[in-house]
Amino acid sequence: MVPTSYYVLLSAILFGLGVLAFIFKRNIISIFMSIELMLNAVNLAFVAFSQANDKLDGQIFVLFVIIVAAAEAAVGLGIIILIARNRQSLNVERVDLLKL
Amino acid sequence: MTATLLVFFILATLSIIGAVSLILQKHPIHSALSLIVVMVALAGLYLLMGAEFVAAVQIIVYGGAIMVLFVFVIMLLNAGLEEHTNESKLAGFPGILLALALMGFVAATVARSTTSASAVGGTVPGALSSTKQLSTLIFTNFVYPFELTSFLILIAILGAIVLAHRENS
Repeated sequence: MVPTSYYVLLSAILFGLGVLAFIFKRNIISIFMSIELMLNAVNLAFVAFSQANDKLDGQIFVLFVIIVAAAEAAVGLGIIILIARNRQSLNVERVDLLKL
Repeated sequence: MTATLLVFFILATLSIIGAVSLILQKHPIHSALSLIVVMVALAGLYLLMGAEFVAAVQIIVYGGAIMVLFVFVIMLLNAGLEEHTNESKLAGFPGILLALALMGFVAATVARSTTSASAVGGTVPGALSSTKQLSTLIFTNFVYPFELTSFLILIAILGAIVLAHRENS
């Protein structure tokens, strides 16, 4: 038997690593992957709490998160392809049109 | 230490190693492979908790569909090594502080709230029939959100087609 707090702690560590990757990565695809890592960390917390409370609602939320992540990946990768086509680069620092 | 705890620690270590490797790898394809390791380890953890349907969906949708999409785009755009510029150095210090503060906050909250921690294990009664209960719940209580997600997927498909469409002009 594994205590729920272990799962939540692992989820927090994975989320923090996702935030770190989001900040440090310069490649736009890697940044997008770090978002997926954060979504996965949240899913882990959802399932852990679902099991702790002996209710299945948390697992259904996980399914919804996965569906939204799939839609997000489709649209986001389309945007990335457009950016790469227009800028000839995948570095986020080359995409600074809105910067002052 | 019971066998369940041992499996948990092995899978947790594997997922953390994968996440750290995602940060450290310079090539996006290596980052993608590290992310697949994290996702498979998380699927194992879901199995450990008795959420076998979520584990299967995690492998099929995340490890299969979404990561194939990522790898496909990396190949399509011929993404190379990351280039580092001096502008990004500034983000490092507040970035580490922010991530540490976030982890500390969550750890403190967990330590405070789950002192009476109930244990989670694969020995939940009726765990193997949770897929049936899950589907019953989806098609009774959550049927409207479930139908709405199909619209969301449809709109996402249309958006992806519109975005990626190259006009022959």
